[in-house]
Amino acid sequence: MELFIQQLLNGLTVGSVYSLVALGLTLVYGILHIPNFAHGALYMMGGYVTLTAMSQAGLPYGLAIVVSMVAVGLLGVLMERLVFYPLRDAPPLHDKIAAIGILLFLEAFAQFVWGADYQTMPTPYGNVITVFGLTLTVQRILIIASTVVIMILLYLFLKKTFIGASIIAMAQSREGANLVGINTNKVAMMTFLLSGGLAALAASLASPINLVFPGMGHLVILKAFVIIILGGMGSIPGAIVGGYILGFSESLGATYVSNDYKDIIAFVILVIILTVKPNGLFAKEGH
Amino acid sequence: MAAFEKRRLWLAVLAALALAFPLLVTNGYYLHMMTISFIWMIAVYGLNLFAGYTGYLSLAHAGFFAVGAYTLGILTVKVGLPFWWAFVLSCAFTSLLGLVIGLVALRTKEHFFAIYTLCVGYIIYLVIDKWDSLTGGVRGFIGIPAPGDIGPLSFQTPIAQYYLILFFLFAVMFVMYRLVDSLTGRTYIAIRNSEELALTLGISTMKNKLASFVLSVFFTSLAGALYASFIRFLGPDIAYVTVMFDFLTYLLVGGIGTLAGPVVGTLLITFLSQQLQFLQDYRMLIFGPVLTLLIIFYPHGIAGGFIRYQAKRAEVRRLEQKANQTAAELAASHQGRSERHVEEG
Repeated sequence: MELFIQQLLNGLTVGSVYSLVALGLTLVYGILHIPNFAHGALYMMGGYVTLTAMSQAGLPYGLAIVVSMVAVGLLGVLMERLVFYPLRDAPPLHDKIAAIGILLFLEAFAQFVWGADYQTMPTPYGNVITVFGLTLTVQRILIIASTVVIMILLYLFLKKTFIGASIIAMAQSREGANLVGINTNKVAMMTFLLSGGLAALAASLASPINLVFPGMGHLVILKAFVIIILGGMGSIPGAIVGGYILGFSESLGATYVSNDYKDIIAFVILVIILTVKPNGLFAKEGH
Repeated sequence: MAAFEKRRLWLAVLAALALAFPLLVTNGYYLHMMTISFIWMIAVYGLNLFAGYTGYLSLAHAGFFAVGAYTLGILTVKVGLPFWWAFVLSCAFTSLLGLVIGLVALRTKEHFFAIYTLCVGYIIYLVIDKWDSLTGGVRGFIGIPAPGDIGPLSFQTPIAQYYLILFFLFAVMFVMYRLVDSLTGRTYIAIRNSEELALTLGISTMKNKLASFVLSVFFTSLAGALYASFIRFLGPDIAYVTVMFDFLTYLLVGGIGTLAGPVVGTLLITFLSQQLQFLQDYRMLIFGPVLTLLIIFYPHGIAGGFIRYQAKRAEVRRLEQKANQTAAELAASHQGRSERHVEEG
């Protein structure tokens, strides 16, 4: 039983990270209808920027995360301006391949600047606490808590502010948003800023319990795609719920099925979903 | 007609060059590079058939390449089958796998298809990486034999292997050439241009997409099996997404949806990679932006751009000719009128 609860907690931690990454991905998909294959590279850059801000500039962990969120958010905006904006009328094959190009570039860039080695990120919250016979590090609690806070903030932002409302409006209908005078270019940039920021936050939170290396985004981004298909492409609550579902199934699968094959679980879930529902779960009709 | 003859001549010259290459260049390293790039070309033709003509981006093709290679390795080393039996069986097995995956994957469209195949590719990679007892896992798979003799033909030397792989490349190119020019090829293009329209015209899109997918998997597995017998060592890395992206780069630089594209792109990039050896792992610093810039500013690649340029020139020439003709007619009629004028006068 204790093992089970311990694994549930692990699932909650992993699920939080997945949800944050998937949120950024689903926001961009909702607005531009492109699967941003380069999102994993943003995640990876987030890890490195935080690490560098801490080790080179000597910033505290919290401040380094903020710096990283802003930097990667701006990187996302740059990506939108330089690549996706010129391609907005191109056939659907094009922006996928362009995103892959960005992904390749950013990975080679990270390897060039920071080297191919696995690096550890120090955390001030490394101490272990024991509650009811369960051991967990403060870092894991921090991950869960800050994810919840961010999700609430994001919800308030989208529901209560004008920019947030325009993002939702544009996700619902680009032409409609344009008609009522929303500057769709600005909204697209804003969405990329958010998406990059969320990816950087997720990476900065997860890195102390994982590691930082150029390929760290690969599995995470693939799983984020699984999540947004699970939760419905472009759906924000779907991304959150999907992230936790995947987190739980992985940590339980690792314990009760096989640790070696835990990474396959996500993809098997996806293959099953798309086999049964080729347009994803909760596909919007007549889109 | 003249243009057609010229094209034939060019093809003959290029084929002769490829055939004479081992005699002209005695350096073993270049021979090796050339052979490897032929293998990539076959795989890229596979991708081109499906992405370029049918218009679906499959990101699982590196996985199929690896399945072809590993099946050959396992059948020859672990099962002990004679080489050519294993060769045929590995292509057949991979195509069958492609058929099963295609049946499911092709029910999805556009983004879903790309994501689905990306995940299929990753599953293949993870299975190869984790299934130690069968594939050797991260340590790799060694001891794959060179292609076995066919009658008096032996493929033990690098030059013989070069010709063997060149033979398969020519075969694939021939099939592609005939296919694209046929009604089937036109059907694929119709599906690429508009699936709804194709459906309205009474084309069974699912059947055609599936056939195109399986054939494209077959080409790629053929390349994989050749790779295994040429390199004779396999690691799980050949199933990884980076190989997939290499294929895509070759295809895009050369020209997606063109017959010459895979050859042009693969040769150029392999050659450039040789020149950029000092960059090693950082070559993507250059190729990544190249891939992105190409897709924004020059989406048809080198071969596609050339074909467009030629078409434009032919059109200009035709218009010019027409203009000249009209001018001549005008002048003639004018002259006729003035002559009449003189007579009347």
